[in-house]
Amino acid sequence: MRVLFERTRGLTSKPFHYCPGCTHGIIHRLVAEVLVELDVLEKTVGVCPVGCAVFAYDYFNCDMIEAAHGRAPAVATGVKRVLPDRVVFTYQGDGDLAAIGTAEIVHAAARGEKITTIFVNNAIYGMTGGQMAPTTLLGQKTTTTPFGRRAEEAGYPLRVAEMLATIEGAAYVARVAVNSPKNVIQAKRVIRRAFEVQLAGLGFSLVEVLSTCPTNWGMSPPEALRWLEEKMIPVYPLGEFKVPRKEEKHA
Amino acid sequence: MPRVLMKGNEAFGEGAIRAGCRYFFGYPITPQSELPHYLARRLPEVGGVYLQAESEVAAINMVYGAAAAGARVMTSSSSPGISLMQEGISYLAGAELPCVIVNVMRGGPGLGNIAPAQSDYFQAVKGGGHGDYRLLCLAPSSVQEILDLMGLAFDLADKYRNPVMVLGDGILGQMMEPVELPPYSGELKLPPKPWATTGTAGRGTRNIINSLYIEPEELEEVNLRLKAKYRRMEEEEKRWETYLLEEAELVLVAFGTMARVARAAVERLREEGIAAGLIRPITLYPFPDAPFHAAFSRARAFLVVEMNLGQMVEDVRLAVEGRCPVHFYGRTGGVVPTVAEVVSFAKEVWHKS
Repeated sequence: MRVLFERTRGLTSKPFHYCPGCTHGIIHRLVAEVLVELDVLEKTVGVCPVGCAVFAYDYFNCDMIEAAHGRAPAVATGVKRVLPDRVVFTYQGDGDLAAIGTAEIVHAAARGEKITTIFVNNAIYGMTGGQMAPTTLLGQKTTTTPFGRRAEEAGYPLRVAEMLATIEGAAYVARVAVNSPKNVIQAKRVIRRAFEVQLAGLGFSLVEVLSTCPTNWGMSPPEALRWLEEKMIPVYPLGEFKVPRKEEKHA
Repeated sequence: MPRVLMKGNEAFGEGAIRAGCRYFFGYPITPQSELPHYLARRLPEVGGVYLQAESEVAAINMVYGAAAAGARVMTSSSSPGISLMQEGISYLAGAELPCVIVNVMRGGPGLGNIAPAQSDYFQAVKGGGHGDYRLLCLAPSSVQEILDLMGLAFDLADKYRNPVMVLGDGILGQMMEPVELPPYSGELKLPPKPWATTGTAGRGTRNIINSLYIEPEELEEVNLRLKAKYRRMEEEEKRWETYLLEEAELVLVAFGTMARVARAAVERLREEGIAAGLIRPITLYPFPDAPFHAAFSRARAFLVVEMNLGQMVEDVRLAVEGRCPVHFYGRTGGVVPTVAEVVSFAKEVWHKS
């Protein structure tokens, strides 16, 4: 019998703790599959965030470090400077990366740190109880914006991928979504490219992944996928915002 | 052995290199800046990495990553910068990662000033960050001792898988003294770190560096295991120096730069016929109580002198166990007590006792 689909050995056998309809599991699998396909799992060190993916070290089948909130890019920098031939990635949510950890991600990119960041944007704080994140959409209701986010009080959604793409040291910056089979396939291609950029030593790479939070959005899983498509993507357009320059690729 | 003239801040760096440290992550702050200046030049010469972080918060987390990857790694800062590092220090202690943190203390609280002080004693020896944890804390009082203690600091960090703080002050960092450099072959055989996160290749099993334990009972178990480790430090690592303690009836107690002032005061008091002696703790945690016990039979009073408002005096009172009066003299805000001031206060204490 031909095997058409199986669990990747890039993940451990531990069942995910994520809520029904949350797309963290898909993103974990894509990253794990890429690490296996690039044949780098055994030389990879991952850095976990604070937030819903805080237990990521239970799932990725490689060496893992748990970092403090927002500090994963600094921790990854320490690892990569000691072990420049290893593959180092951070996995961070929007509360972790776009609020408390903004300085760390901006400067890791500015240094051209040869790490890969998987940035999961679900427009809300998940584990902490559905509060507003920097990425929360205008008008979106959260536990700390009960009448909807208003720019006058709470400012505007932060477009992380676009912001980081302006930084010289960032070699590859892209945004994908995992709301449809087509987008999942595209997301994997992009995540693979981000790791290839690290392996080629070209600099910092980041993939922003638009993700769902049915629990804190107060929606069913199918409604959440539709909301991502209809509300999030117009604010956070998909695409590659920064790709390696040709001369670097052939250097 | 050749003697060279060296600045205290440079000695922290050279001592670290001779101890096998090859990674430094830090953020500039006065009065410790010559330390990063020195390492920025020196580390590349020995194949190491110097990296100026965007903040103290990032610097200590880079230390966390490098320590997790199995390296001998250090950072340095001064009081307000150390406050910013406390989150990371708590994580390092929780994840049991070895590293060395140098604090060249200045006046506080807040922005304070850049003059020498010892007012971070509580922060250094009582925790500093959140949670039940301790740092091994070493307090050199000369440039030579800085060189010697940096080697010990890295060895203790590895021995206990714990951060070690080396506590200096603005005077110690800025002063120049002739020193003998410790032997250095360039190649050091460092202890293996099978727990480090270096990739699973050749190992098979995964290594996880973590300080998260959701179940209270599980975290309590971890904290009790850490407590047993701190108990072992208390049994094995107490260090101190005494001066004329054997016959002392008035015992001065001081650490770091202040111990140099206190030692001169002891000599002056002896000249005036007062049987003074000195206890100088070298480890501030664990705090050395043995020399206090040795002094009880003759001592009529203890006098703690510090460049703060009386922080170590609390540990001295614990060590003295109420058997003898403990007095305190200190200046704060970056003011360094003079020998004359200490002698004058000591005589007051002596005539009352």
